[in-house]
Amino acid sequence: MKKTLAGDFLIYDKSSNTYRTNPEQLVRDDVEKHYWKHVMQTVLKDWRLYIMLIPMILVFLFWRYFPMYELLGCFKVSDEVKPVAEQFFSGFSYFKRLLFSGDGLSTEFWRALRNTFLLSFYGLLFGFPVPIILALFFNEIKSNILRSVYQVLTYLPKFISTVVMTSLVTMLVKQGSLTSNIGILSQALLGMGAISEEVANAGLLNNPSFFRAIYNISGIWETAGYDSIVFFAAIIAISPTSYEAAQIDGANKMAQMRYVVLPAILSTVVIMLITRIGSLLQIGYEKVLLLYNPSTYVTADVVSTFAQRYGLGSSSAQGLASAAEMMSNVIGMMLVIGANTIARKASDVSLY
Amino acid sequence: MKRKLEASELIFKVISYTLLTMFSLCCLYPFVYAVSAAISGQHAVDYSEIILFPKDIQFEAFSRMFSDNMFWNAYSNTLFLTVYGTVWALLVSILGAYALSKKRLLFRRFFNFFLVFTMWFSAGIVPQYLNYLDTKEVFNNMGIMDDKWLVVIAMGMAAMNIILLRNAFEGVPSDIEEAAIVDGATEFQVLSKVYIPMSKSTIATVALFFAISRWNGYFWARQMISNSNEHPLQVFIRLKLEEYTDPEAMAGWNEIYSSDSVIYALIVCSIVPILIIYPFIQKYFAKGVNVGGVKE
Repeated sequence: MKKTLAGDFLIYDKSSNTYRTNPEQLVRDDVEKHYWKHVMQTVLKDWRLYIMLIPMILVFLFWRYFPMYELLGCFKVSDEVKPVAEQFFSGFSYFKRLLFSGDGLSTEFWRALRNTFLLSFYGLLFGFPVPIILALFFNEIKSNILRSVYQVLTYLPKFISTVVMTSLVTMLVKQGSLTSNIGILSQALLGMGAISEEVANAGLLNNPSFFRAIYNISGIWETAGYDSIVFFAAIIAISPTSYEAAQIDGANKMAQMRYVVLPAILSTVVIMLITRIGSLLQIGYEKVLLLYNPSTYVTADVVSTFAQRYGLGSSSAQGLASAAEMMSNVIGMMLVIGANTIARKASDVSLY
Repeated sequence: MKRKLEASELIFKVISYTLLTMFSLCCLYPFVYAVSAAISGQHAVDYSEIILFPKDIQFEAFSRMFSDNMFWNAYSNTLFLTVYGTVWALLVSILGAYALSKKRLLFRRFFNFFLVFTMWFSAGIVPQYLNYLDTKEVFNNMGIMDDKWLVVIAMGMAAMNIILLRNAFEGVPSDIEEAAIVDGATEFQVLSKVYIPMSKSTIATVALFFAISRWNGYFWARQMISNSNEHPLQVFIRLKLEEYTDPEAMAGWNEIYSSDSVIYALIVCSIVPILIIYPFIQKYFAKGVNVGGVKE
C-alpha cells in the first residue's frame, strides 16, 4: 500500500486560511475500502471472459491440484483422524526410511534415483549433439526435394507411439528359443562381433548392461530428426552473404563452421541444452515401463517405475512410493526453475 | 557464378550425404522389415531368412488380425478417445487461452502461475492414480459407466499447449478486435470470428499435439480402463505382444506363419493410418517446435 502524506488528505486553502479535504484522496480511500466491490464490478462487466476461464480452472484443479492434496493424504501413518498438517509431519518417517534406513527398500530407492539420473545423463551426453549434426548435414543439401525426403524419413519415428516403438525394439533384439532365431538386430550385432553368442541368445533386453544403450539409442533414433528442426531453422536463417564473405577471406569449411555457423546457432544450442539439463529427472517412464523386466531392474528401474511398482500394487506402500516420487519431483522442479532462470539471464528468452 | 568447391567443402558434402543416407535408412528400415516379416512364411521369419524382402508370401497373419473382433474394437476405441479427447481438450484450452491473453483480465498473473506450476511440479503417479480412482467413482455414481469418458475428460490436458495458444492470441492485432466490437460483436463472436481464424495454424498445431498424445496414450488407459472391450489400440498391442512373446504360451504354435508375424502385422496396422495422414500434418508438426521458444 502506498505511504500517505498529510498533504494527501488535506489541502491548505490560502484565500480563506482553512484546510479542506482532498477530493482525489477521497476517491482513493473509496477504492481501497471497496476493493472487492470494484473487483466484482470489473468481473461483472466482463463476465463472459471469466466464464471462459472456468472450464480450464476446473480441469486443472480437479486433475492436477487435487492429486497434490492427495499427496499429503498419502503420508497418513495411522487411520486416526488428524488435521492434514499433523499427518504430514508424522509422514516424515517415510522420507527417513527411504533416505537413511539402509534396508532393502532404501537401497532400491537410491538405485532408482541413480538410474534416473544416469539414464538421462547418458541420453544428454550422446543424444544432444546428434540433432545439431543432422541440422548441419541438412544444410549441406542444396536440392530442396532431396532434403525434404531426408527430413521426412528422419522425422518419421517421432510419429510412432511408444508402445509400437518398444514393441519393434523388443522384436528386433528378442531372445532365441528352440523354435525361433534371435532378433534381426541382435544378429547384425553378433555378425559385427559386438556381442557374444550367449548374450544374444539370452536376449539383449534381459541383460542389465545393455538397457541404457537400448533406451538411449532408440531414443536418438526416435527424436533426433525431429529435434533437428529447431537447429536447422537457426542455420537457414544465416544470410548467404556471410558465407561468401568468409570464403573471400579464405575460410575453408572448418573455419566457416567455426566463425559463421557456430555463432549463429549458439544461443539456440545453449537454450536447448539448459532445457535438457532442467528436465534431467523427468524421464519418460512409459518407455522404461515397456522395456524393462525384473532381470534388468539393476540399471533400468527409475523413480517413477519404482513408485508405480510399489504404489499401484498395494495400498500399504502407497505412502512410501509417493514419498519417493515426491523427492525426485521436488529436485526436478528446482532443476527446471534453475534452468529457466539461467536461460532468462543468458538470452532474454524465458521458456515459460 | 558457379564457384569451384574447395577440398574441405567437398569432403564435408560427401560425409553429409553418406551419413544422412545411412541415418535415413536406419529410420526407415525397421518399418520395411516389419512389413516384410508380417507377410513372410513361418520358417523364413523364425529362422531369420529375411533381411529386407519377404519370402514365402502369405497374408494369413493379417487376416487373423482382421478377423479378430477385439482388434476392430480397439481401433474404434482409439478413434473415440482421439476424436473426443482432442475436441474436449481444444475447447477448454482455446477458451482458457483466450481469457488469459487479455490484459484486462484480473489476477492474470495468478492464473498464469496456476498453469505454469503444473509444468514444474507433478504430484506423481500414485496420488494421480488415487485421484483418478475417486473420479471414476464419482462418474459411476453419476451413471457414467464407461471408463472411456474418464480418459477423455480427465487426461491429456497440457499447460504448454495452452501457453502456445495464449501467445498466438496475444499476437493478434488489437485493432481488428476493436473494429469487431464497434460493429457490435460480443466476446464469443470476437473469439470465433476474429481470434480463431487468425491463429488457425497454431490451433492446428496444438490440435495435432493433443491428437497424437491421445492416439499414443497407453499407461493411464491401461490402468483406468478395466473392461477389455474398451481398451484402446496401444493397450491391445501391448497385451498381444506380452501374449505372443511368451515362449511357453507359443509352444504349440502350428501355422504357416510365425507368431512373430502377428505382432508385426499389428505394428503395421497401427502405423499405416499415421503414414497416410503424415504428409498433411508434417508441416504443422515442424511449426510446433519453432513456436516452442516462448516468452511471458
